[in-house]
Formats: sequence, C-alpha cells, structure tokens
Amino acid sequence: MRQQVLVLYLATSALDSDVVGWSRYDGTGRTRPTTGDSDEPPYPTGLAALHDGWRLFQASQLLPPQPRHEYDVSFLKHEFFFEKVEDGSGP
Amino acid sequence: MSTSKQLLTSVQVARFVAQGFLRLDGVVPQEINERAIAALTEGLPDVAYGTPLGGAFARDTFVHELLALPVVAGAVESLVGPEPTVDHHAVHVREPHEGQAQPLHGDAIIDVRPDAFDIQLMYYPHEVTTEMGGTLSVPGSHLRRINETDVGRVQNLRGQTRLTCPAGTVVLVHHGIWHSGRRNDTAGRRYMYKLRLNPTVPQVRLWDLSDLHDPAVTAELNTYFPWYEQATARLEIYNRVLLWRALTGDDSFDVEYWVTRVSNRPALRSHA
Repeated sequence: MRQQVLVLYLATSALDSDVVGWSRYDGTGRTRPTTGDSDEPPYPTGLAALHDGWRLFQASQLLPPQPRHEYDVSFLKHEFFFEKVEDGSGP
Repeated sequence: MSTSKQLLTSVQVARFVAQGFLRLDGVVPQEINERAIAALTEGLPDVAYGTPLGGAFARDTFVHELLALPVVAGAVESLVGPEPTVDHHAVHVREPHEGQAQPLHGDAIIDVRPDAFDIQLMYYPHEVTTEMGGTLSVPGSHLRRINETDVGRVQNLRGQTRLTCPAGTVVLVHHGIWHSGRRNDTAGRRYMYKLRLNPTVPQVRLWDLSDLHDPAVTAELNTYFPWYEQATARLEIYNRVLLWRALTGDDSFDVEYWVTRVSNRPALRSHA
C-alpha cells in the first residue's frame, strides 16, 4: 500500500471554496512533484477533489487571532490534506 | 543614454510595496552580461558585512558597472537610499538536471521591521527560459511573517511568478519575499547574482515624488493577488497601508478606510 498525498490551500475555511495553493507528495515514486512545478491547480475547489476520489484526512483548525496580533499575516490558513491509497510497492 | 540616476516614480514604489519586487527587464548591456558570466563562473571574493556600497566593488568589476547603470542606481536609491551597506553577495547556481527545486522560503531569518526593509538585487546575466529553473517568487508574500523554510510545504500558489527573462534582467525584491530556485531541467547551468543591501537612512520619500498623489498609487496598493485567502487579503492591504504611511510620513493615508476604521477610538472628552 502506498499513499498519495494532496494538500490544498483554500480561499476560506469552507471545503467547497476555491483552491489558492497546492502541493503533491507521491508515495509510489512514479512522479516527483516539487516547488513551482505548475501554475494551474489540480482542482478548482476542495470539493472537486472529493468528487475525484481523494479522501480528506486533515483540515486546519479555526483558531482565533492571538491578542495584539490580529492584523498579522503569515502561513495560509485553510489547509486541507487528502490521500489516495494505492496497491503496489514503492520506489 | 542618461548618466544620471533614474529614480523610481511613486507608482513604481507603490507597486513594490504591494508586490514585494520590481522587475527591470533586459536593462544590462550585453558586454556587462558577458563579463558577469565569466566572473560568476570563477567565483566572487567575499565582501565583509556592513561594507559601504560605494567602496565595496572595484571600478573594473561587473558589479560596479551594474550598480552604476542609471536605471539600477536610481531604483536602488529610491528603495534604500544613498550609501547603503552591503549585507552579503553570492553566486546562485541551478545545476543541470539536478532534479529538485529549493523549498519555498524567505531569506535570512524572520524580519518584521515595520518601517525599514532590505532589498535583494537579483541579476540574471543570461536569458532564462521556463525549463532553466528561473526563480519562483510569490507576489505580495513579503509581509507574511514566516521564518525561512517553514513555508516549504507549499509548492505552488495561484499567480506565482516563474521567472523567464531576457539576458541582463535585474529584479529587486523586498527581504521578505517568498521565493525558490526552481528545478533546472536543461543541460546548462543557470546563474544568478544576488546582492543584499541594508539602508543607512530612514526610508522616507527617497524616490521621485512628483506623482505622489496619482490615483494609480492607491490602485497599486489595492492590488489583490490570486493566492490570497478571501479574508486575509484585506489584512494584506491593511499592512501595506502601514508600510506606505511609514515610507511617505503620511499618517492619514488609507485604502478603502481599512486602517482608519479600526483605529477610530473617540475619547470621552470629544463630547465635552
């Protein structure tokens, strides 16, 4: 069993909102995704990834801003991890 | 060609504040590009941290000639002022078919100065094509508070810039910009010369101010980028307004009332 991982960063905390960022990690070794390798997201929304068979296994929590840091900007907030599990051996 | 410095306009500086970088495509003559490639291949001597820029590079070096170009000299002075100091410089090489990109990162360590910034001059002496692994940068990422490669999990963002450019291109970036050396899928080495400069004067009204009140300034500062989350995008504008206020000394400037609204705290005596 090998895991394919898809990380989607969405425009809001809603899973059906637009994809604004994305990453791929391939446990089968067949592909080697890396930084800056595509300009178009694999799916328009998080929900579209579900429609294509990806299983959601983690979503970022909704955390209130820390006092006195309400206007700071940092990491993308709405991060969703998906997986597909495939039969077969790894690289 | 003019030999005097070509200062940036207010609109250009506002674009830098919004995007975190300024591109000067193909501004370096081919003769300097050729000398640069030879020098970068051999390697460059170190420059001590804090060396005044004016004395850091001998007159017969490509770096001196690069920085003396009116368009480059004017852009540098507009952003960090006269007589900045050299933080460091380096030759960056993306090796042929090296198979992997750098993780997305900001340089140095987390740097949250509200009223000062360093610039990094990135110089590409040869043409950069898509396959050569030109620098990936993320417009509008420079005010996000992250430390170096902590953001490396993120591979792609909508609206990211995968640099392709003609020979002799200079890109000036804010120290906080998220970027990465992309994977080089060609058989040739890809060179980039990087020079980090620190200001030695307050970075207030250092550019050509004749268009300071042009509506295009506000339009630049109100630019939204495709990778921004819907709510955080508004905070980006808020933080840009604070930086623009610092750079202009105008504490009343605002875009869409974002800062003014949440700063309004009438005192009790206002009803007296």
